Amino acid sequence: MKAIAAQTLTKRFGAFTAVDAITFDVAAGEVFGFLGANGAGKTTAIKMLVGLLAPTSGEARVAGFDVHSQRDDIRRSIGYMSQRFALYADLTVRENIQLYGAIYGLSDEAIAAGTTAMLERLNLPGHADDFVASLPLGWKQKVAFSVAMLHEPKIVFLDEPTGGVDPITRRQFWELIYEAAARGTTVFVTTHYMDEAEYCDRISIMVNGRITALGTPGDLKREFDAATVDELFVRLARPAGATEAGSAA
Amino acid sequence: MNVNALRAFVVKEFRHILRDRQTLIVLLSMPLVQVILFGFALRSDVRNVRVVLVDPSPDYASISLRSRFAATDRFRVVATSATADTIEPLFRRGAADLAVVLEPEFGGHLGRGEPARVLIASDASDPNTGTTMQNYARAVISAWEQETVARRGAVRIAPETRMQFNPTLESVNLFVPGLIALVLTLVSALMTAISLSREKERGTLEVLLVSPLRPAQIIVGKVLPYLVLAFANVVTALLAAWIVFHVPFRGSVTLLIAAALLYSGLSLALGIFVAAKTNSQRTAMFTAMLVTMLPNALLSGMIFPIASMPAWLRPVTFIVPARWFIIVARGIMVKGVGVAHLRLELLVLLVMTIVLLASSIRSFKPRLA
Repeated sequence: MKAIAAQTLTKRFGAFTAVDAITFDVAAGEVFGFLGANGAGKTTAIKMLVGLLAPTSGEARVAGFDVHSQRDDIRRSIGYMSQRFALYADLTVRENIQLYGAIYGLSDEAIAAGTTAMLERLNLPGHADDFVASLPLGWKQKVAFSVAMLHEPKIVFLDEPTGGVDPITRRQFWELIYEAAARGTTVFVTTHYMDEAEYCDRISIMVNGRITALGTPGDLKREFDAATVDELFVRLARPAGATEAGSAA
Repeated sequence: MNVNALRAFVVKEFRHILRDRQTLIVLLSMPLVQVILFGFALRSDVRNVRVVLVDPSPDYASISLRSRFAATDRFRVVATSATADTIEPLFRRGAADLAVVLEPEFGGHLGRGEPARVLIASDASDPNTGTTMQNYARAVISAWEQETVARRGAVRIAPETRMQFNPTLESVNLFVPGLIALVLTLVSALMTAISLSREKERGTLEVLLVSPLRPAQIIVGKVLPYLVLAFANVVTALLAAWIVFHVPFRGSVTLLIAAALLYSGLSLALGIFVAAKTNSQRTAMFTAMLVTMLPNALLSGMIFPIASMPAWLRPVTFIVPARWFIIVARGIMVKGVGVAHLRLELLVLLVMTIVLLASSIRSFKPRLA
């Protein structure tokens, strides 16, 4: 079964088409890079997949559930980390974990065990009762990712998870992503860092609401005769630059 | 419905509230400070009226009346003279607010059973205060007259209007229920508007909406903790009304608290609704202030009687929540009526709450845009 399957998925806001009939699959356990310039429609597409926006037309199945009719099943099956840092700064690490654990229906024992395991994995033992506000940004992002993974979702959606994070922490973050993928979680990630795109099993590049390239980084570089994903991206996304303003993504 | 999830959400809300000490202190002290400040500032009665007495022909009767003014703590006699020329300079300098001019032979007229005339002139640069001061002066004169002259069987100084010499208490009794409404609605609506729009702004709301938590749970989880705070505010406001302004509680205190809680719940729902429809904390805050302060102060009957509004404006007051709560609060506090007489008003408040909560929940459902 495909983790994500989108068929001519479309979102229009009035006369503006933010996502224009995109079709793609993501295999279970895959790390899928969803690339595009600002305003290309990435965030709108993600919002449709996670159930924050209803599609105008087209079909999509996430973890086997229909985005039109089975939104509640989708919610239980996915983890989500939004562009903006989304833990509560005035709660401690432990309290944030307790909250999201309870929301995802975990038992108190499972939450307690998960907290210990998570802090060990993140190399943060002894910081469970620190306020999130006091953690450095890189740690916050890693904790946020781990919280999104707490209920062991089948698919995790990461919307620009490494924005504003230093290169070393970014690298550590990607190690977490690989660990999650190794445990069988499908990772759907958007990023602006083209070096990160190289870490993905497959990538798609969105321009003006359409997917203009889809494949492994290696295949795409050969197909478009580009030395790096960066070069590939600039070549494909440049036309979008002119219409970037006024977009809804 | 996942009860654990809702419980965890409510616990989280309490943590937000309790950890933000400064905001908490402001929220808890606001009702007390506002009821007391507004109560003293907005009440329509006037104190310390500086009065000039003009008595061209002092005799037993006129001196007795003058001493009555001097003895009333509401008035302070700043000058007594034989001619009216003294009045204008004093008014101009702002040294006097009111002049009471007895006609020549005041006592003589009374003694002969003839009408005795008194001119009451006030500095009416503030017309409301002017009228109030005049009424007080009339009341002093008629009270004096009742005691000293009427004993002999005839009322000679006919006041143009009658009023009981108890205006302070009356105005406060009518005023305080409105004030409680205003304070409760402002505090409650602001609390939830800020709390929810903060989650919107920080992106945490999005994460909650992607979680299995339902929009209804998010809304209820937001309102419940603040209802506890609102309860503290209700009790503070009522205590202030009772202790500071001696407003009577003729009806059931339990019913009054319950009604005030319902009204707070409605205001919390209003705050949620405002936050659901706006995109930033600042917009939500100002919108919440605008929709609670202005209509509730001006269109609720708190200050301006609804009956004296233009016909086209009167129907608008039906959608102002405070209009209904003020009827309830005045009914319970001043008239001492029970639920039976307030069914319609309570029902309207309840329906408004439900409609606001339902439309807030709806606005969190995935948009079809």
